[in-house]
Amino acid sequence: MATRQGQALGRLALAPSVIALSTWSIVPLALAIYFAFLRYRLDNPDYSGFAGWSNFYYFMIDPFFVRDLFNTFALVFNVLAMTVIGGVLFAVLLDRPFWGRGVVRVLVISPFFIMPTVSALVWKNLMMHPVYGLLAEVWRWFGAKPFDWFGSAPLTSVSIVVGWQWLPFATLILLTAMQSLDEEQKDAAAMDGAGPLNVFRYITLPHLMRPITVVILIETIFLLNVFAEIKVTSVGGFAGNLTYLVFSQLNDANDVGEAAAGGLIAVLLANIVSVFLVRIVGRNLEA
Amino acid sequence: MARKTSVAASAATTIVAWAFGLLMFFPILWTALAAFKTEANAYTMPQTLFSSGWTFENFGIVQERSDYFRYVFNTVVISFGSTFLGILFAVPAAWSMAFQPIAAPTVKLSGKVWALIILGAVALAAVILLPLGWDISDRPLLAIVLLLLVGVPFGVWIYTRRTGDTLLWMLSTKMMPPAGALIPIYLIFNRNGLVFRDWGFVNLSDYTLMDSFWGMVPLMMLLNLPIVIWMLYTYFKEIPFEILEAARMDGASLWNELTRVLTPMALPGIASTVLLNIILAWNEAFWTLNLTNKYAAPLSFFISEYSSPEGQFWAKLSAASTMAIAPILVLGWFSQRQLVRGLTFGAVK
Amino acid sequence: MKVSVKALLGAVALSSFALPAYAETTLTVATVNNGDMITMQKLTDDFTKANPDIKVNWVTLEENDLRQKVTKDISTKGGQYDILTIGTNETPIWGKKGWLVPLTSIDKVDDLLPPIRAGLSVDGKLYASPFYGESSFVMYRKDLFDKAGLKMPEAPTWDFIADAARKLTDRSTGVNGICLRGKAGWGENMAFLDATANSMGARWFDEKWNPQFDTPEWKKTLTFYLDLMKDAGPAGASGNGFSENLALFQSGKCAMWIDATSAGAHVSDPKEAPMVADKVGFALAPDSGLGKRGNWLWSWALGIPAGTKNAAAAEKFIDWATSQHYLELVASQKGWVAVPPGTRTSLYANPEYQKGAPFAKATIDSINSADPNHPTVKPVPYTGVQFVAIPEFQGLGTKVGELFSAALAGQMSADDALKQSQDYVKTQMTKAGYIK
Repeated sequence: MATRQGQALGRLALAPSVIALSTWSIVPLALAIYFAFLRYRLDNPDYSGFAGWSNFYYFMIDPFFVRDLFNTFALVFNVLAMTVIGGVLFAVLLDRPFWGRGVVRVLVISPFFIMPTVSALVWKNLMMHPVYGLLAEVWRWFGAKPFDWFGSAPLTSVSIVVGWQWLPFATLILLTAMQSLDEEQKDAAAMDGAGPLNVFRYITLPHLMRPITVVILIETIFLLNVFAEIKVTSVGGFAGNLTYLVFSQLNDANDVGEAAAGGLIAVLLANIVSVFLVRIVGRNLEA
Repeated sequence: MARKTSVAASAATTIVAWAFGLLMFFPILWTALAAFKTEANAYTMPQTLFSSGWTFENFGIVQERSDYFRYVFNTVVISFGSTFLGILFAVPAAWSMAFQPIAAPTVKLSGKVWALIILGAVALAAVILLPLGWDISDRPLLAIVLLLLVGVPFGVWIYTRRTGDTLLWMLSTKMMPPAGALIPIYLIFNRNGLVFRDWGFVNLSDYTLMDSFWGMVPLMMLLNLPIVIWMLYTYFKEIPFEILEAARMDGASLWNELTRVLTPMALPGIASTVLLNIILAWNEAFWTLNLTNKYAAPLSFFISEYSSPEGQFWAKLSAASTMAIAPILVLGWFSQRQLVRGLTFGAVK
Repeated sequence: MKVSVKALLGAVALSSFALPAYAETTLTVATVNNGDMITMQKLTDDFTKANPDIKVNWVTLEENDLRQKVTKDISTKGGQYDILTIGTNETPIWGKKGWLVPLTSIDKVDDLLPPIRAGLSVDGKLYASPFYGESSFVMYRKDLFDKAGLKMPEAPTWDFIADAARKLTDRSTGVNGICLRGKAGWGENMAFLDATANSMGARWFDEKWNPQFDTPEWKKTLTFYLDLMKDAGPAGASGNGFSENLALFQSGKCAMWIDATSAGAHVSDPKEAPMVADKVGFALAPDSGLGKRGNWLWSWALGIPAGTKNAAAAEKFIDWATSQHYLELVASQKGWVAVPPGTRTSLYANPEYQKGAPFAKATIDSINSADPNHPTVKPVPYTGVQFVAIPEFQGLGTKVGELFSAALAGQMSADDALKQSQDYVKTQMTKAGYIK
């Protein structure tokens, strides 16, 4: 077991990271708490003093608050569903031997390297644009009226863009997990007359449960704060999430107090989510 | 590998896999192709896309409009710099968590007591602030005292947690919505803000972290540190403890243990962590857009200039996009095997 | 040690006194990334040649980013920039607060167009010098009008525009009768809608700062706009701002487009718009017989934030960039069509410009017909045509713009959008203390 000396050294080695991260999380958070109770507008120094809970009140009666709250979770859910289901399919597919597997794998994971700002611009202007977009062209080719993706189905469209970026990540983790699956076990099951579906259902899927929880945990951390895709595609007014609403409160309305209050509400929600995640995922991981 | 597959099934797999692969890759390919088109041809659908009218002029226009290579340089400094710094912080931390774990909280106070202490500190700070009209923007020292009042108990609490809790707490810092932290960080970075001001005994108002590497590199490091630590931790944990035990039995010093035994085994994990961190830092857009202008502005800033240009811009947008993603995409392609090996986050036993 | 440091500092100070001509000043200019500003960057050599002791450093940003960064910087006294590119809405507000340095040595200041100059002044002091100015007008395709047997009057009414737009729409060839802004933003769809609302008798606030979105005038404005866009507008209009509509018009997909007069140069330059350049006509923005036309008034101007150490050099630069000399410089390099429009009376008296820029007359008439001091049919407590000159307006305009844009995308009804706007603006105005 670890020695006393080793323990002390361990604490020492951990200290820089803990100090850095707690400063990083505490200082902005404490300031945000302070601002949330302050009347503070960037463009008006005369508006000052103690605000009480009014910033929270005004943030919550914003016409978009309820909708954006829902969107925050809907976006996470949509993308998780897309990437987990798609990731499992891709992992199973790419695990099989076929001609050009290495190249296909590179093709599939490429979106992961793309800047969110770029992918949002590309999807908005080159793919989903109702006049010039490629999809509009496909629609027209079939004789249909082009679909106005970001206007008519903003949440779905953003989910597709974000999902496209995160699908490779899920695929990567699940594929690595697939490759550690015991081939003999599968072969034995096949010998016993189990069809491919049953092999998938009773052997592959249980094996993938643990990596799936990891995918869910990591993606949720990033997806709760999706921002660039919403900003760049200018769907903030149609399908913003909480992060975007806070941003808009700060940068469009210049109201630091209200933005800080909104930020705290978002922090609170993120913490609730993380408690759930820790309960569900953390247990799975520690085993 | 002894799996028997019929030719037909194998051919079907090949076709389906290629179809999906090309589908995923298609937006990137389409963008790259459109970059070599004239504006007029870029959206004249698909008939002209693969045939006539190839041109390099868009790249020239983009380069002339915004100095591409300066942005590349800035991106490289920020992403590689923050990764290097992050590894310096994360390797000891992950080593400590994996090999010297703390099984139980070292300070025996219950969670409720800690919660009371921290909430009490916050309440005390609020009580001090209220009679002052709550506005202390011109009393920076008081602000720091209050910050310490709240921060220190919290820091102590974190430090006494058991390893698993510390790790999850680290991950939870990543969930903080960046928009909520923007103004605090802005005021910390800014000239005449919370830090760089005339303090009376020392005048710092000539300095600023805004739009500089001194601000962006540590910031980017902190953003990704939780993920880096976690990734390294899961990787280190898979290194069999017995090997270390054996080395210790043989009388290996801690230094030898680290350099001779641990490092060679951990190197692939560190490599893929480095790669992931570079990718994340390369593509970060919130903080870089808000805190840089020119001297430290990376490629995400470069591309944002093209988010709303004038008139017909599909080809120029495509050229700028291609330029922004090309370096990291190529790096990703060459290192994907390395990346795959480490991207398990402890999910594979 | 101490002494030597002091000596060193002294030497540095001495040398800087001794060689004043070579003590370089670096000006950091924050500007917007549109074509005219890019041209200014390229022509900066002309300025630095005459002023070798001044170096100019550009920070070029997208419009929204620029506004957000400049606002944060000036309000926190960050001092990142020596020259700011700002609009007609911020200038008077910031000037009144003392955040901007009044400009005193601008070349031929009386030559500036009176409405533009008035919009950038407080109590007779000019706080930012206009780089270009604009109003809005109707751009239309003469060939399509001829084909349909229609004739655009010089000063059309909304009824005529709506009628013509519906007649000109031909979905089979992809021609939309009219392209209008739909993208959310106080400077995007709200610029158009506020100006249109003015011409239909609506106003943002009554004299006591009560929001007016529950009035029939606003309902008429919004439903008119939504119906027109549904019948004759392009697909995905809720995502179209100035640049998207410009692209649509340039590629021949709009028969009419009501937008900034500064677009005139982009649609009549054969290099930029080969498909339509020789077929574009211009007319005044429409009205509905109430005495106000639906055109706005805007300018991008250069100002100096208070507190900069380089105010003198900055003013020298602004003087250069907004001078008559600069206009001639651009004309000699890129032709008269590319000259930044809408700032100086002399430009519009210049016969060469009138010849080179077919939109010149419509532009000057539009600018002169805008009255930021009396923008609406009914009396209002504010100034500004397509904006309300109070600090809170950016936030209010953006939110209302988002609601109207959502209505355009079909996500809510016009009534819902108006009701939510009314509630939101009312709460915010109460919070800010306007409504007692």
